Amino acid sequence: MLDIITYVLIGIGLFFNLMAGVGLLRFPDFYTRLHAGTKCTTFGSIFLIGAVVLQSVAAWIDGGWGSPDSVLALHAAIALAAILVTNPTGAHAIARAGHRSGIKPVQAVVDDLEDAKFND
Amino acid sequence: MSWLPAVVFLGVCIAIALVRVAIGPTVPDRIVGLDTVNTIVVVAMVLLGAAFREVIYIDVAIVYALLSFVATLFIAKYIEKGKF
Amino acid sequence: MTRFVATTVASFLLYLFLTTASGAVGLWSLEELALGVLLALIVAALTRDVLKGDWVRLLSPRRCALLVIYLVGPFFWAMAKANLDVAYRVITGRIKPGIVRISPKLTNDASITLLANSITLTPGTLSVEVEEKTNDLYVHWINVDESVLAQTPRDYTLICGGFPEWARRIAG
Repeated sequence: MLDIITYVLIGIGLFFNLMAGVGLLRFPDFYTRLHAGTKCTTFGSIFLIGAVVLQSVAAWIDGGWGSPDSVLALHAAIALAAILVTNPTGAHAIARAGHRSGIKPVQAVVDDLEDAKFND
Repeated sequence: MSWLPAVVFLGVCIAIALVRVAIGPTVPDRIVGLDTVNTIVVVAMVLLGAAFREVIYIDVAIVYALLSFVATLFIAKYIEKGKF
Repeated sequence: MTRFVATTVASFLLYLFLTTASGAVGLWSLEELALGVLLALIVAALTRDVLKGDWVRLLSPRRCALLVIYLVGPFFWAMAKANLDVAYRVITGRIKPGIVRISPKLTNDASITLLANSITLTPGTLSVEVEEKTNDLYVHWINVDESVLAQTPRDYTLICGGFPEWARRIAG
């Protein structure tokens, strides 16, 4: 039962990571590629690392309170937290840098930022 | 549990993202590809740690995630033509 | 002083998470605990000048509980919808992008950070730039709804739903 849940989680995570790769190739401009590259990998890693945490917590419960599997579970959770905090912040930095270095959104119906003047 | 096929599949995703890094066409496009590769590498390291039951992979993954974030910020600052 | 204590406790907790299963005192050995306290005090002393501001008030139990409820409830649901939406657009290639300006009227840095990160991870939107005087956000929207364009300032309920209210409640 536990293994089935784990395999489902791994399947969902791999699907979204593949969508990130395909989206990077298919989308027409920088901003839309950033959508695919940021959202899909973050969501995919929640499921993949969630599968690791699930398995190691189960092993922790089997092995008793002081078992070394606790290290695996907690460190994987910390890695997930690091990804969740750094990924959107990094995407924000890249988007801002891209716009300031002069990249225009392709096929845009509206661009409020271009109309506003940035002096700094 | 067999984790290694998942790691191989993530390797395919990394290869697809590396195509975008290679063909560009602009510098920010390449950075988006690089950022994606970084995240997938972190996840792949965590899966390898679970596959071999070695915590050292996951420790390296945590440090890699934080350092790649700093690197992304620095490259973004660089192409922004801003002051450090 | 409260800032110093809060930094020490946070560093010590992170150290405890990273060194489980090392001995017999709970999950830790006595040496690890002693070294953890020492390192946490060093970190707090070194970062005393960097971590300025009134961020300690964000640690109140009510705000933390609200943050957890927000993350597992409305935020995770919106994130799931966002990813299915992006996957759909990856496959079909049907996009209508644009950059719109929204004025959520938030007043401090913590809440605008929370809102910007939420916007980046949720349906079809990506925060690009923040105007620091008014805390207005410029958002790249992958599928612009034409009805929003009729008026300025833009109506943000279509873009980020109830997130500004949550950000105000958690960090405002």
